[in-house]
Amino acid sequence: MLAYPIIELKDLTFAYTAQQEPVLDRVNLVLHHQQRIGLVGPNGCGKTTLFHCMMGLLQPQSGTILFKGNEIRDKKDVVALRREIGMLFQDADDQLFSPTVLEDVAFGPLNLGTDPERAREVAQQTLAELNLGHLEKRVTHHLSGGEKKLVSLATILAMQPRALLLDEPTNNLDSDTRARLIAIITGFDLGLIIISHDYDFLAATCTDLAGMDHGRIVPVDKSALHTHHHIHPHGAHPHEHRNH
Amino acid sequence: MLHRLDVRAKLPSAMLLITVLALSKSFPAALTGLAIGVALVVTAGLNWRSVTKRLLLVNGFVLFLWLTLPLSYPGSPLFSIGPVPISRDGIMLASLITIKTNGSVLILMALIATSTVADLGHGLARLKLPDSMCMLLLFSYRYIFVIQQEYLRLLRAARLRSFQAGTNFHSYRTFGYLFGMTLIKSHHRANRVRQAMELRGFQGRFYSLSSSTVTLREILFFALVIVLAGAMISLELRF
Repeated sequence: MLAYPIIELKDLTFAYTAQQEPVLDRVNLVLHHQQRIGLVGPNGCGKTTLFHCMMGLLQPQSGTILFKGNEIRDKKDVVALRREIGMLFQDADDQLFSPTVLEDVAFGPLNLGTDPERAREVAQQTLAELNLGHLEKRVTHHLSGGEKKLVSLATILAMQPRALLLDEPTNNLDSDTRARLIAIITGFDLGLIIISHDYDFLAATCTDLAGMDHGRIVPVDKSALHTHHHIHPHGAHPHEHRNH
Repeated sequence: MLHRLDVRAKLPSAMLLITVLALSKSFPAALTGLAIGVALVVTAGLNWRSVTKRLLLVNGFVLFLWLTLPLSYPGSPLFSIGPVPISRDGIMLASLITIKTNGSVLILMALIATSTVADLGHGLARLKLPDSMCMLLLFSYRYIFVIQQEYLRLLRAARLRSFQAGTNFHSYRTFGYLFGMTLIKSHHRANRVRQAMELRGFQGRFYSLSSSTVTLREILFFALVIVLAGAMISLELRF
């Protein structure tokens, strides 16, 4: 089973309309088991579109997607893929729709046919692993931005995926929540592709780096992860340093 | 105590009691309804401050009836203020409406407001209401604030660029844009929510987490409500 990468894209091409230039232009990308890829590129270069194609939300015009070595051809294949690959949306409000946190986290397992009793256990366990157990009964839209992001991560992890696609996970997070997210992600033994403009974050969480520009995958110097300027999040205020 | 009662018992109870109360035309029946409402609120152990606040709100509307009905209702005058006759029937009608209104609101507070919207949604689904109606309730509850915030964000942005609403075409057009943009954004959000749900295996059916069953407690409660409603009907028929 480990002989094949989790997901492999071959010459994937996608355009929203036939008249427009393709948003994805013959994209080739491989994600191996437990590989962590940071995906960088300017706004509008097709990163999110790439995720949507990989998850079967958009239909590429040409090219193939191989999931564990098998080509994705129909709805059934897509369903199988979504069981094992989770995607975190940019806006957590899109992802949390159930009235309470526990119900939202249990939503995925219930859809996979887990019985309610067990789904509740899985949800509680997932929340506990992320130290979010105290939020269980909270109403989702009353959570803070950081809590929403972590809970939406829990909703995906509750489905016990083998790989995660994270779309700009650190957007609008305060530095504490961001640090928490880094600690959580580095603890995973999952395949990961992370879209981000936050190079510090990618340096802390990823082992590989891929760039995208005008719908194509472009090589990125891996040392780019370490040649940025460091901006201290609390530089302007008196503060103590913790061990990092 | 009423908080823990299953929605499947509370919702039909509230509907039954309020229907009977709303249709009753005699004081004994209406007063019984009011008494039931008070008893339920006491049983539910609601915070008296919030109960008073809600009652004041409702009675604000009732006040208008008191200002108009005694003056305008035909019938024998009870007494006159100067040249204006105060109708006895008008006062009776206004009192009846006041009793019925307060009774209904108390019953609703005790039986409906003690459940969360989430419970109500799931309860309705288990009462075999169409799935799409229950989803509509749950999703409206979840996203109405998000949509409102999006609208306010746009409005704030417009105000920050010195937009002041007035009676002119520029204002009308701007509000048109704001509403239109809110609509489009809501539509896009709805699409993204659906996508996120599909990615987590949603296939058009909701599975409920709680497998709560109707226990003896629910059955006894509903039986009691039927007896009370029956008592109100017999009072109504006698007087």
